[in-house]
Amino acid sequence: MSHFTDSPAASPGNSASLAQAQAWRPGPDLTGPASSNVGHGEVFASAREGAGAAFALALAQDRLRAGAPGPLAASVRDWPDQRMWLWVQDKEALRRTGRPYRPGLPRILRHRLIHVAAASAEDALFALEEGLRCRELAFVIGEIAGNPKALSFTAHRRLSLAAQRHGVPLWLVRLDAARDLSSARMRWQAQAALSAPPRWNRQAPGAPRWRAELFRSRGHPPGEWLLGEEEGKLVAHTLPAPNTPLGERAIA
Amino acid sequence: MRRVLSIWLWRLAMDRWRLAQGLAEGEQADAAPTALVAETARGVRIAAANAAGLAAGAIPGTMLADARTLCPSLATAPSDPAGDLAFLEKLALWAQRWGPWSALDAPDGLIVDVTGVAHLFGGEEALLADVRAALAQRRLAARLAIAPTAGAAWALAHYGRDGGILPPPSSLRAGMPRSNPERDGGSPGSPQGFAPRDDEIERQLFHLPVAALRLDDDVLLVLRRLGLKRLGDLTGVARDALARRFRNRRAPAANPLIRMDQLLGRVPEPSLPVIEVSAPLVQRRLMEPIRHRQLLDRVVMDLAQDMARVLEGRGLGARRLELGLWRVDGEVATRRLELAAPSRDPGHISGLFGRHLDDVDAGFGIEVVRLRSLWSESVALSQGDIEAAAEHHGTSLAAFIDRLVARLGPRAVRRPVLRASHVPERAQGWAAVLEAENSSQEIFEFHLRPLKLLDSPEAIAVLYASPDGLPRRFRWRGEVHEIVRAEGPERIAPEWWRERSSVRLRDYYRIEDHEGRRYWIYRDGIAGDGRGGDSVGRAPDWFLQGLWG
Repeated sequence: MSHFTDSPAASPGNSASLAQAQAWRPGPDLTGPASSNVGHGEVFASAREGAGAAFALALAQDRLRAGAPGPLAASVRDWPDQRMWLWVQDKEALRRTGRPYRPGLPRILRHRLIHVAAASAEDALFALEEGLRCRELAFVIGEIAGNPKALSFTAHRRLSLAAQRHGVPLWLVRLDAARDLSSARMRWQAQAALSAPPRWNRQAPGAPRWRAELFRSRGHPPGEWLLGEEEGKLVAHTLPAPNTPLGERAIA
Repeated sequence: MRRVLSIWLWRLAMDRWRLAQGLAEGEQADAAPTALVAETARGVRIAAANAAGLAAGAIPGTMLADARTLCPSLATAPSDPAGDLAFLEKLALWAQRWGPWSALDAPDGLIVDVTGVAHLFGGEEALLADVRAALAQRRLAARLAIAPTAGAAWALAHYGRDGGILPPPSSLRAGMPRSNPERDGGSPGSPQGFAPRDDEIERQLFHLPVAALRLDDDVLLVLRRLGLKRLGDLTGVARDALARRFRNRRAPAANPLIRMDQLLGRVPEPSLPVIEVSAPLVQRRLMEPIRHRQLLDRVVMDLAQDMARVLEGRGLGARRLELGLWRVDGEVATRRLELAAPSRDPGHISGLFGRHLDDVDAGFGIEVVRLRSLWSESVALSQGDIEAAAEHHGTSLAAFIDRLVARLGPRAVRRPVLRASHVPERAQGWAAVLEAENSSQEIFEFHLRPLKLLDSPEAIAVLYASPDGLPRRFRWRGEVHEIVRAEGPERIAPEWWRERSSVRLRDYYRIEDHEGRRYWIYRDGIAGDGRGGDSVGRAPDWFLQGLWG
């Protein structure tokens, strides 16, 4: 992983064990310790753009693809995956960024969405936990705006434990939120980046790309990448200019 | 050979009105001309009239105004076809006292299968007398007939002699006890099978009018024009000719040949029997009225276990449950619950009710608790314990939906479905999660659509526009966006068959701003289109409707 070496893996705040750990990369996670494989991620994003939810969906699809059996695998029992997936929004998140729109969802996920419009953060957390306990869901995405009181460290911990116990991954999108205490295994800061110019019309917006910073993770050193989906796969590039300011790095 | 009893309650609507008023026939209000009227698309028409009304000229089917000119004193009451049908359904169950199997013959008749039961009443004549007495006791006027087929019994009851009995065809009668020897006129030389030339059938049926075949009015008109007035006339014509005349008519009510064959028993005529279904019900009377929540939860759990036993015995699972709580002081509280999939798991049911019992006011105490399954569906396999299994293996999808709906309400837990519309916000509807999805046209892949759609489009202020009309800089929610790349327009016209004529067309643009944020904006209308605020057409407004990832 030579091209990741210039990512700020060995920043002075990290312990030595983290510095030796491999940098995160998309695709099946075979290198990290087992604890980092628990699907509980948190994505901080602005409510002025759809980047948070889109990035969480991209991570979820990446994980689904990693779990898919290869063409020669013996067990194709659960493939193609037709399990439903859950998208929970609290009222404020729904007002600020709108509802999921079926024609705009990824093709393989469109017809399998269960949407929950919760009136409050408490209800949204209830729905998320119930979703994590349901064995027939592929993954769960939550969108909660701000830092509600109900989303305490205990609530995060409950979600982590449920995700770990039942193996249903969760990505919690935090809109316009401060980086509070959390037990999420991977915490990201995501924002939209200029899209790759499409092949035919250079004036048109292209396939979406995001600038994502992994600022806290068990098992991986922090880093920042330019991520996008290319040929049906999530691909990470190092940032074009290494001197780009990375933003304030929290110790959380 | 089957024996079928047909009961025609030829005055059902008036009899029900009289019973509701508590009148005997020809007494008080019934002595005056009275009619039951129905509101139709072409005004108020008479549905039924009593004897005095009929004599005064109130013929069913005429306009009320016409009848009033003949008889100004005609009193009216609203007719109640739905009530008549409900009454008839109950009567059909009651009529099973004469036979094991009964069916509705809407709007005013019943069919009872009395095969092999006549000897219990002392013969078919005695059976008819018993029916007549029982109906007279309920003050219902009826015409009765017994015949080997439902069609023949219907024809006799409506158009033949009241109380007519058509014996089985002679070939099958040899081994049967003769209930009515003096009327048995089958000749020994008659053809085999249900032959129409059996002369008893001929004598009783063939002089009936063709209307006795239960045909549609237009078919009756055709037959009358052909000069075929009686059933006997139909057999007189060569069958080929009739078959050719009615070759396109598949429905029995439109084809006299099919009806004739049904009447003579040559083709079967299936009908739907009436079966009584009772809702599973369990209840507990409590020795001591309960006022505390834990005790109530315990009782609900006990009831759910009772209900599970009842349902398991019938191979059913509950879809909709009703819990009734009777208080000492006479108040009744009911709580309803609907399940996404049939279930009879006591833990699941009592757990779902637990959320609905928080606001129950126990008052001086609850003395009776009753649980009813209003809607049940069959569940073949027995279920395990959902709650215990949920701890280890996770809950099933149906149980998960039930929990969410019980707390958040059915409108909060939904699934996007496609609708037939090209207007973006109308192209998506919301449906219950486990409902089957209606088939729909797939989405066009060349129409790029955003990941999220705002519930209502938000107006944006254009600060600087390029000459071709596309904004270069705009303000949305108090922040300025600089458009770097754009694609469009995609013109979406309003749905004129659905909207007012002043709705303007929309030009959609996919845009990306200087930070890479991608939005879906549109211009509402074009300048000078004569729509919008005034006749000239306001300057078009810009809106932001969707967000891309």
